[in-house]
Amino acid sequence: MIETVIDIVSWICLLLGGAFGIIGGLGLVRLPDFFTRLHAAGVAETLCPLLIVLGLVLQSGLSLLTLKLVLILLFLLFTAPTATHAVARAAMLDGVEPSLGNDESEPTSGEPSSNT
Amino acid sequence: MSKWKERIGKILRSMRYILSLTIVLAALWLAVSGVYKPLIMLLGVGSVALVVWLATRMKVVGVEHNPALYAGRLPLYWGWLAWQIVLANLNVARLILNPAQVRPRVFKVKVPHDTAVAGAAYANSVTLTPGTVSLQMTAGELTVHALDRRSAEELKSGAMARRIAWLEGSDTEHP
Repeated sequence: MIETVIDIVSWICLLLGGAFGIIGGLGLVRLPDFFTRLHAAGVAETLCPLLIVLGLVLQSGLSLLTLKLVLILLFLLFTAPTATHAVARAAMLDGVEPSLGNDESEPTSGEPSSNT
Repeated sequence: MSKWKERIGKILRSMRYILSLTIVLAALWLAVSGVYKPLIMLLGVGSVALVVWLATRMKVVGVEHNPALYAGRLPLYWGWLAWQIVLANLNVARLILNPAQVRPRVFKVKVPHDTAVAGAAYANSVTLTPGTVSLQMTAGELTVHALDRRSAEELKSGAMARRIAWLEGSDTEHP
């Protein structure tokens, strides 16, 4: 009985993780410029692996495998922001202008900037 | 002769960090390997020794690089950060599905921390929560790109900076 419940929770986590991966990928295409797209990549590299690893941990049960899965997540969560920052900083130093939107003004269009 | 004394003294002082690094690496190896045969174990000892030697050569063994320093408070911070990541993700996912609401902005926030490692932890946490990305860090200031007003307000409220200060142990100076 308890195994079925864990299985269901695990599947919910895996499916939600996959859904956030897709949303992140969608954001890479839909958001207007280079810097806003970084945030979409952020979705695909934080909550998506978080949920997928959680789902896999529930599948594996308590074992050495659990530790390995958590280590994968840990390394990912340490390296991903470093890489994102490196890319963002390089873009800024290279003179890529972020498109800025005021709260009052018209929202930025969905057109991709030529800089990307 | 005094040069040698100095060198030996330096090695003895860094012994603590070398020892803790060795223990962490050995535990990591034992956990990830799973094969406990004599030859494999010997290779494990060899690789740990190699990494520790490289780390001392690179002069990256020291208090700043020792995660055991924050051992007590780090899990609590990670728990809080994980929750922030979930909240930020929901906000950004909503914006991706409705890009018309995206209002990108660039602004600066103060970095009130004393040590470089706390500043790096702050910048990394900012990037780790979607909706905010650290662009550039200078002394005492962090340039941030945010996706919309809510992400920016969340960061400007200083909640994250306060938790990092608590993590660092300097929160008494910044109540």
